[in-house]
Amino acid sequence: MTTNRIMNHPVLGKLENRKTVTFTFDGQTFEGFEGDTIASALLANGIRQLRVHEETGAPRAIYCNIGHCFECRVTVNETDTVRACMTPIQNDLKVESGKMQPAPFNTSPENWPRTYAEYEERNKANKDGDSNV
Amino acid sequence: MFDVVIIGAGPAGLSAAIACRESNLDVLVIDEFTQPGGRLLGQLHQEPTGEWWNGIKETQILLDKANALNTNIKCGISCHHIEKIDEGYIVHTNDGLLKTKKLLIASGAAETAVPIPGWTLPGVMSIGAAQVMTNVHRVEVGKKGIVVGVNVLSAAIARELQIAGIDLHSMALPVSNPVTKDHAHPGKVMDGLVRIAHLAPSAFLRFGSKFAQNAKVRELAVKFYPKGGVKMWGMPIHIRKAISQINGTDKVESVTMVDVTPEGKIIPGTEEIIKVDFVCIAGGLYPLSELASVVGCPFRYIEELGGHVPVHNEQMETPLDGLYVAGNITGIESAKVARAQGTVAGYAIAEQQDKVEKAKEEVKAIREAASIQFHPQIKAGRAKIHRAFQEYA
Repeated sequence: MTTNRIMNHPVLGKLENRKTVTFTFDGQTFEGFEGDTIASALLANGIRQLRVHEETGAPRAIYCNIGHCFECRVTVNETDTVRACMTPIQNDLKVESGKMQPAPFNTSPENWPRTYAEYEERNKANKDGDSNV
Repeated sequence: MFDVVIIGAGPAGLSAAIACRESNLDVLVIDEFTQPGGRLLGQLHQEPTGEWWNGIKETQILLDKANALNTNIKCGISCHHIEKIDEGYIVHTNDGLLKTKKLLIASGAAETAVPIPGWTLPGVMSIGAAQVMTNVHRVEVGKKGIVVGVNVLSAAIARELQIAGIDLHSMALPVSNPVTKDHAHPGKVMDGLVRIAHLAPSAFLRFGSKFAQNAKVRELAVKFYPKGGVKMWGMPIHIRKAISQINGTDKVESVTMVDVTPEGKIIPGTEEIIKVDFVCIAGGLYPLSELASVVGCPFRYIEELGGHVPVHNEQMETPLDGLYVAGNITGIESAKVARAQGTVAGYAIAEQQDKVEKAKEEVKAIREAASIQFHPQIKAGRAKIHRAFQEYA
């Protein structure tokens, strides 16, 4: 584990007897302490970025860290939109960062498909198809 | 069917649960965080007496009492909806439906967002996020940071970060925009600043008490505020400097700091780049009241209490039969007040009227003795919401 831990705190004391837990993030193996959330375990390992904005690809990380803002949403064991700041890490947890998604409506409104059939017709060629609509 | 479900295992929820368990009620406490304690967990400050207020220890004291009474506390449970039924309430959670005769909502507070350009970059977080990372998870949020937003909460947490050994460049205002409003107005920030002066050691204390006297003097203090800021615990607090932009490609690399007029307008040509790897944004707290709203509880907007507050009386009853509220959902005050309010609510739920009266007195005594006042007119605000309750009686 890297050195982003506050092992000695002048008032709260030493961080002792913590059990280590192993999990993966985007295929890479990391260690955290029992009691960590996904967000805290990753930050302890120097990982800030948890996802990219679904449409723009801009990097995102925790903002509120208490479950309100949903900026830290990740995929955990195939379940998406899981809050990294509220989810305890466990051994063998498989965490994946949030990825960019197809943006079928990323045009000016007058060009938007008017029906679902029209949307499907337009996206036939698109490999990602209707994955996120 | 539970006698009572309590949403939130913070100081209010836990003390309410203890009071209910004393009467042997069938209680379930739920909380969406991984461990009980709520935001009490991260708190760490020195009282004017020199004693440390350690949220983790205070939480453990509450938990020991709750456990001695065999209190059922479940963590990792999120509540997203509540229905009113004839016999009580149905609480919708990620773990299924919970039926209960009475319901206490002790959901606490959330932080007001203060958006400035660049605030979505990794490394930018709310000041409360930094508090939880530092004191609860014991993880450094970065090597060198800056606090944007000067208020009671941010000053307290900035100190906590310093104690943990994290380097802060300074505290400054957010740049003025239609959302940041009062947070970006030096005069209004100064009004809040004088209220925390007594928490700081000598130099700042003297500074603060000098200007606390009257509005005219405060105005002058803003006008002639020192260019280098006023130091609190060795860290400059700026109210005539604002952060106009957070810079970086994939993460925070720096901030742009500018001088501002006493009204918060940018003085052109004063831009300065400051290298930091994290930024804490602090817009203050507001009552987290959505759950009271979805169940149909009436509200009032009361600025002194921090925002929209569910209507309730002094014993924490709302106009909805069997629905109670306690803690920061009823107004922004300290964890000590929240804890005492929880006891009031718990005894009210258990219909222990003698104990309710005593617990109500305790709330008032704690409020009087508070070392931090989030809002100077808290008592006036409380009186307003209690009057509102009479309209529904």
